[in-house]
Amino acid sequence: MLDNDIKQPILWTKALTKQVNTGDKQLTILQDIDLQVNAGEAVAIIGASGSGKSTLLGLLAGLDLPTSGKVHLDAIDIFTLDEDSRAALRGKILGFVFQSFQLLPALTAIENVMLPLELSAAGNAETTARRLLERVGLSMRLHHYPKQLSGGEQQRVAIARAFATDPKLLLADEPTGNLDSATGIQIIELMFELNREHGTTLVLVTHDEVLSRRCSRQIRLADGKLVQ
Amino acid sequence: MLHRDWRAGELNVLVFALVIAVSGMATVGFFADRVELALSRESNQLLGADLLVISSKPLPEHYADEASRLGLSVSSLTKFPSMISNGENNLLTEIKAVTEGYPLRGRVHLASRSAETPEIQVVARIPQPGTIWVDDKVMTRLELRGGDLVDVGDIQLTVTELVVREPDHSVGFINMGARAMINAADLPDTGLIQEGSRVSYQLLVAGEIKAVQQFRDWVKPQLTKAQRIEGIRDARPEIKAALERSEKFLSLAALASVVLAAAAIALAVRRFTQRHLDGCAVMRSLGASQKQLFYLYLYYFIVLGVIASSIGCLIGFAAQEILTHWLTGIVDTELPWPNWLPALQGLLVGLVLLLGFALPPVLNLRSVPALRVLRRDIGLSNAHSIAGYLLGLVALSLLFIWKAQDLKLGLYIVIGFVSAIAIFGCLGWILIRVLSSLRHQAGGAWRYGLASISRRAVSSVLQAVALGLGLMALLVLTLIQDDLIDDWHTSLPPDAPNHFLVNIQPDQLQPLEEFFQQYGTEHPPVFPMVRGRLVKINGKDVSPENYADDPHAERHIRREFNLSWATQQALDNQVVQGKWWDADSSEAVMSIEDGIAKTIGVKLGDELTYDIAGSPFSAKITSVRKVDWDSFRVNFFVVVPPGLLDNYPVSYITSFYVAPTEIAMMHELVRTFPNILVVDVAIVINQVQQMIHQVSQAIEFVFVFTVLAGFSVLYAAIASTQDERIYEAAIFRALGARREQLSRAWAAEFAILGALAGLFASAGASVLGYVIGKHVLHLDYTFNPWIWLIGTSIGVVGVLVAGMLGTRSALSSPPLLTLRKIG
Repeated sequence: MLDNDIKQPILWTKALTKQVNTGDKQLTILQDIDLQVNAGEAVAIIGASGSGKSTLLGLLAGLDLPTSGKVHLDAIDIFTLDEDSRAALRGKILGFVFQSFQLLPALTAIENVMLPLELSAAGNAETTARRLLERVGLSMRLHHYPKQLSGGEQQRVAIARAFATDPKLLLADEPTGNLDSATGIQIIELMFELNREHGTTLVLVTHDEVLSRRCSRQIRLADGKLVQ
Repeated sequence: MLHRDWRAGELNVLVFALVIAVSGMATVGFFADRVELALSRESNQLLGADLLVISSKPLPEHYADEASRLGLSVSSLTKFPSMISNGENNLLTEIKAVTEGYPLRGRVHLASRSAETPEIQVVARIPQPGTIWVDDKVMTRLELRGGDLVDVGDIQLTVTELVVREPDHSVGFINMGARAMINAADLPDTGLIQEGSRVSYQLLVAGEIKAVQQFRDWVKPQLTKAQRIEGIRDARPEIKAALERSEKFLSLAALASVVLAAAAIALAVRRFTQRHLDGCAVMRSLGASQKQLFYLYLYYFIVLGVIASSIGCLIGFAAQEILTHWLTGIVDTELPWPNWLPALQGLLVGLVLLLGFALPPVLNLRSVPALRVLRRDIGLSNAHSIAGYLLGLVALSLLFIWKAQDLKLGLYIVIGFVSAIAIFGCLGWILIRVLSSLRHQAGGAWRYGLASISRRAVSSVLQAVALGLGLMALLVLTLIQDDLIDDWHTSLPPDAPNHFLVNIQPDQLQPLEEFFQQYGTEHPPVFPMVRGRLVKINGKDVSPENYADDPHAERHIRREFNLSWATQQALDNQVVQGKWWDADSSEAVMSIEDGIAKTIGVKLGDELTYDIAGSPFSAKITSVRKVDWDSFRVNFFVVVPPGLLDNYPVSYITSFYVAPTEIAMMHELVRTFPNILVVDVAIVINQVQQMIHQVSQAIEFVFVFTVLAGFSVLYAAIASTQDERIYEAAIFRALGARREQLSRAWAAEFAILGALAGLFASAGASVLGYVIGKHVLHLDYTFNPWIWLIGTSIGVVGVLVAGMLGTRSALSSPPLLTLRKIG
C-alpha cells in the first residue's frame, strides 16, 4: 500500500441526517454527521446504546437511506447510486462483521465464506475460502452448518467471510456483543490481526471503551450527534 | 395476544389461508348445493312433479291430504289407453285426464294451428271440461282440425289445442303412441273407466326437497302391491347416472378444496410457530407453566378459527350469490335458495382444519426450552411437528369421509392421500438428499437454491408435499372433469338417435328401406325383437308372486321381455361375466343385462325359459353384459345367437336421428306405415343434452373456485418462508449481491421445489384419477401421458411465478432494518 493512499479519505460523510416517523412525531436518530476516515485507519465509533451507532454504520455501508446528507465511499457518492450499484460497490470494497454473526443457516462454513466471492464472480472462491477458514482456525469445521458451531466459531466464519473479498474497508458492529469475554478477546485479536495482514481500513462500532482504545481514533456519538 | 398478533400482522398468512379455504369450500358447497337442487328440479320437469305415486287402482285420499299437510303442491292424473274416433277414423290413444295444477314441474307447450306459422305457447292451464288437447299423431291420423269433435267413450269433446310438448312425456315404449289430454271432470261421463280397465292413477307431488323426502318416507311403508313411487331417479336411468356423477364430482371439487385448505394451513402454521418461539421462550423463562401455555393457545386458536371461518363463510355466500346471478343467464332454471348446511360445514371444517393442523405444532411451543432466551438457534425438533401433522391427517380423513357422503369415495380419497403423502414424503426426502449432494457441482444460483432446499430439508419436503397434493387435487379434478364431460358428449352426441320405430313387420323391411332411400336418408340398422314372458328359471316356475317383496322385479316378471338376436355384441355393451358366443354358435345360450339379472336374481349358468306366443323357449346364460343406458340406442335385456328365434313371431325396431327440419318425413312415414309405432324421444334427448350442458358448465365454474383455493396454498407456501427470505436477502445484499443475483438463487430454489411438487402431483394424479374415474364415477379412464409434462410445468411455473411475486417485498426491504431486527 502506498503512503499517499493513507492520506486519502476512503470514507467521508457530509451533514448525514436520519429521521424516522414514529406515528405523529419525527424522531431524529442522526443529525448532521460529518466525519472522515482515511485509508489504513482504525476508527472506533462509540456511544451508549441507542445513540445511533448502528444506524450510522448502516448508512456508511449504504444498507439504509439517509433523510439528508451524503456518504462518499472510495470517492463515490453512494446515494446517487441505485440499490444494485450500491450492492456491487459493497461487494467490491466492504467487509462486514455483525454482532449476531449473520451467517446463512442454509450454507456450510465454507459456503458462507465463498458467498461474497461468488457474488462478485471472483475465481478460486473455494481455495480462498478454505485458506481463510484455516487462517481463523476452523480447518476442521469447513463443512459444518452455523447451527453446529459455537458462537465464537460462527464469528470466526463471519470474519473469514468479511476478509474473503479483500475489502478496502471493514465495518464491524459490536463484533463481541454476543460472545463471552474470553471468546470476545480472541475474536478481537483475530480481527485486528487480519486487518493488519490485509491492510484494511477498519470502522468499529462498540460501546466498549477498552475495545475502542485499540483503534487509532475514537468518534463519540451521543443522541445522534458527534460529540468530539 | 390474538389482538396484538393481528395488529402486528403476525396472523396474516394463517388467517388468509383459513379464510380462503373456508370461503372456497363454502362457495363450492353453497353453489353445488344450489346447482344440485336446480338440476334435480329441472330434471323433474321430465316427470311433471318431484315425486309420483303410481297405482293401478284409485289412490287413497289421505295420500294427497298428507302431502298437502306437509306443504307440498298436489295434483293428480289418470292415464289409460282408449280409442278416439273422428267419423270412420279410429286411433288407439293414451288419454290423460288431469286436474287443476297439472303439471307441477315444467309446462305444457301448445301450438296454435290457426295461424299460418305455428306459434308455440307455454301455458299453465289444463283443458276446459268439454274439450280435448291432442298431439301431432292424433291430429295427423284422425285428420283433425281445431274445433272438430271427437268421440271419447260415451261423450264428444271439442279439439281445442295441439300439444307439442308435455312434461311427463316418458320414454316407455308402451306410452309412446298417440296422446291426448282431457279434464278430469269429464272422465266419469266417458264411461271408459270400468272394472278391469288398464288404468294408471297418479298422484303428483312437488315442493321443498325436505318435505318431498318426508312424504316419500311417510308413504313408502304404506304402499300396497299395486302402488309404487317414482322420482326422477327411479324413472330415468340416464338422468340418474348424469345427476349422480355430477353430484359426486361436485363433492370431489369440494373435497379438493378441503385438501388445499389443509395444505395451506399446515404451511401457514410453520411461520406462526417460528414467530412465536421467542415469545414462548420468554414466557417460559418468566415461569409460565406448560399447562398455562396450552390453554392460552387452545383458546387463542378457537377464537381465531371461529372468526376466520365465519368471515370465510360470509365471503363464500357472497361469492356464490354473484356466481349464481352470473349463471342465471346460462342456466335456464331459476336456482333455488341454498340451504344453510354448507355454512355450518364451512365453519366446522375451518375449525377442524385449524385445530387439527395448527394446534399440535403450536402446542409444541409450550415445550420450547426457556434457554432459547439466551440462544436463539435453539428451536423445536422436527419430530414434534411431524407428529403434529398426524392429528391433522386424522381430522382430514374424517372430514373426507363425512364430506364425500359416500364411504367408498371418502375411503378411496383418504387412502389415496395418505399413501401419496407417505410416498411423496419419502421420495422427496431422498431426492433432496441426492440433489444436495450434487450441489457442489452446480453453479452459482443453483447451488444456493439447492443449499436452501436441503438446509430446510424437512420443511422443503413438507412444502413440496403440500404443493404436490394441492396440484394433484387440481390435476385429478381436471382429468376427471374432462373425462366426465367427454363421456357425456360421446354418449349423447348432437345426432344421438331421437326417434324409434317399433313394431316393424318383416315384410315392411324392404318398403321401409325404399322409403328412406326416397328421402335420401341412410337406412338405419334394424334389430329383431321377439316378445316373451319369463316363465321358468332353471326349470322352476316363476310367477310375479315370487317377487312380492320387490315391486320392481315383480313388474318385470309381469311384463313381456324383449328378446333379440345378434352375432356380435353391440359396441356400447360390455361383457362383465362369461363370454360372448362364437359367430357360428347354434347352442341355446343367451346374454343377459347385468341390472335385470340382479333384479330377478339370476346368474351365469342359469337356464331361463320364456313363453313366446304360447311356445316355450329355453336358453342358458353364458354372458352378463353391462349396457350403457345413457346412450338412447336400441338395447335389449336378453340377446341370443341368430337362428334360435327364427320360428317365433318377430318384429323389428330401429332408432335414428331426425333433424327438426325433417319432421315432414316423419308425418309421411306415419301415414305410409300406420302399424309402425313412432316413438319420438327428441324432447327427452334435448332436455338431457341441455342438462348435461348445464352440469358441465356448473362443474367448470366450481372448478375455478378450487383453482383459487390452490392459490392460497401457493401463497401460504411462499409466505411460510418469508421471514427466512427477508433475512437471507439482507445478508446477500450486505455482502454485495445484486437483486438479480438474489432473484436467480431464489428462482432456482422455487424451480426445484416446483418441479418436485409437479412430479409428485403428476404421479399422484395419474393413479388417483384412474382409481376415482374407474371405480367411483365409472368412466372409461384414458391415461394421459401429457399430464406429466403439464403437471411438472405447472409446478415449476406456478411456484416460480408465485414465489418471485411473493418475495418481491423481501427483495426490496432495506437490509439494515432486517439485520438489526434480527440481530
